Amino acid sequence: MKKNWDLYLLVLPVVIYFLVFKYFPMYGVQIAFKDFIATQGILGSEWVGFEHFIRFFDSFYFWRLLSNTIGISLYGLAVGFPIPILLALLLNEVKNKHGKSFVQTVTYAPHFLSTVVVVGMLFLFLSPNGAINQLLSFIGLSEILFLTEPEWFKTTYVFSSVWQQMGWSSIIYLAALAGIDPQLHEAAKMDGASRLQRIWHVNLPGIKATIIILLILQTGSILSVGFEKVFLMQNDLNMEASDVIATHIYRTGIVGAQYSYSAAIGLFESLLNFFILLAVNFAAKKTSNTSLW
Amino acid sequence: MKETTQDRAFGIFVGLTLTVITIIVMYPLVYVLSASFSNPAAILRGELWLWPVEPTFEAYQSVMNNSDIWLGYRNTIIYTVLGTLFNLVLSVLVAYPLSRRDFHGRHVLTLFLVITMFFNGGMIPTYLLIRDLDMLNTIWAVIIPGAVSVYNVIVIRTFFQSIPEEMRESAQLDGCNNIQYLTKILLPLSKPVLAVMVLFYGVSQWNAFFDALIYLTDRGLYPLQLFLREMLIQDQMSEMIGISDATLERHMMRVEGIKYAVVIVASLPMLILYPFLQRFFVKGVMIGSIKG
Repeated sequence: MKKNWDLYLLVLPVVIYFLVFKYFPMYGVQIAFKDFIATQGILGSEWVGFEHFIRFFDSFYFWRLLSNTIGISLYGLAVGFPIPILLALLLNEVKNKHGKSFVQTVTYAPHFLSTVVVVGMLFLFLSPNGAINQLLSFIGLSEILFLTEPEWFKTTYVFSSVWQQMGWSSIIYLAALAGIDPQLHEAAKMDGASRLQRIWHVNLPGIKATIIILLILQTGSILSVGFEKVFLMQNDLNMEASDVIATHIYRTGIVGAQYSYSAAIGLFESLLNFFILLAVNFAAKKTSNTSLW
Repeated sequence: MKETTQDRAFGIFVGLTLTVITIIVMYPLVYVLSASFSNPAAILRGELWLWPVEPTFEAYQSVMNNSDIWLGYRNTIIYTVLGTLFNLVLSVLVAYPLSRRDFHGRHVLTLFLVITMFFNGGMIPTYLLIRDLDMLNTIWAVIIPGAVSVYNVIVIRTFFQSIPEEMRESAQLDGCNNIQYLTKILLPLSKPVLAVMVLFYGVSQWNAFFDALIYLTDRGLYPLQLFLREMLIQDQMSEMIGISDATLERHMMRVEGIKYAVVIVASLPMLILYPFLQRFFVKGVMIGSIKG
């Protein structure tokens, strides 16, 4: 301990930073059980038990928020999770170096656009006189109001996210694929395995652990994914399909200043998140011996 | 060994699929670029497919004459530079001790950091904290709350660990203390991972808007993304155009044209920066996630 005293000095500012900006808000969560009054502070405000939670569970919004939040996340996971894996498996088969790096450069690029820009582009392309609707009418189909019809919200959201992130998300699988022992492929070739068979019996098992870890991590944050984008795509007309827990917290808490009530909703969200994480981790451990802990 | 017919067919399938994917990803980007140089009336008539129609720089002129864009650009550059610097320094400060096997308490410290990846106080308690610290409407509200990413700390730590212990031991025999070793030997050896971090932190600061939306009400402090949100999503373009001098239809056309140019102007810096750092990505992403 004495020998490395200067290392503790290096760590100190970061520890203080985490205590103030990460741990203090966790302590502040107790306002979910209080009637928070700013002048009396967190400690001085009065305890009210589960009053805010009960109000939320009884509210008109509860089931709509829950089903939208879970619906968008599961839809996103079902479509957005496998596609980067497939992309990586395909890219890994490309022998031409320049071709491969061109495809990578292009597919990574949208990751560097901001959420605001991507949603702005959605508005430009999907509006009634945007390019997609021009194309639809060109081939004789009727126009679709992607941005204002509730039934199109989730699809628009999920597929634009796939467009933006599939290349970037594939990097980690490509890295895992690069780590597979080439001798395995040689041996499989000797035994007469076709390329498809080698993908199935060598590559996929080789990246299985990576796939499971990423699946656990993504399901762990299932309720909070993509909040900023949902928020930007939301409008009065698609609210029925687009209102999620996080946007509701923003409206009641930050805009409406009902601090205790929205802190209660936030706590409900993180608890739910945590239980899903535990459940998926448990399931992964049972079925494949891979888990976060 | 000779390729079988089946394998060759599979190779062709791979090539075709990747070509289609590349076109799908690239087309909207090319379209926006072309549209920003085109006559908006022609775009609305559906005449634009790939290359600009009736080329013009009008949209860019309008963007350049817009004071909000310049203000947003200036603020975003300040937030990005300061934020990235701050991020990087704090991350290295904690990553270096964590990488040392002879640092007592590193397991406890790792747990202390990792817990925050799974639990957090949420939007409201964090907002109240920032408010109570009097950070609302200051640049600190945009820079400080997200200053350290635990994920990135783990990436840097793992990279530091890959540098042999013997290096430090021999430096210490020559009279180097911990801090001298960090600044004179370790950091210069860590350029690849630091480059990746500059990119990761820099991009997220450049693109961030939500902290600013919550914590800032003073337009003079708005980052570029908040102005973009007004222009692209909320359609608050009236200031930009000066409605009086045009009919409503012409006004709408110009608004349409400017939107494409704004997308380009806001995204170009990041899109230009990333190919230069691309060669470091795979390494950075890999060391962070697999051994994490």
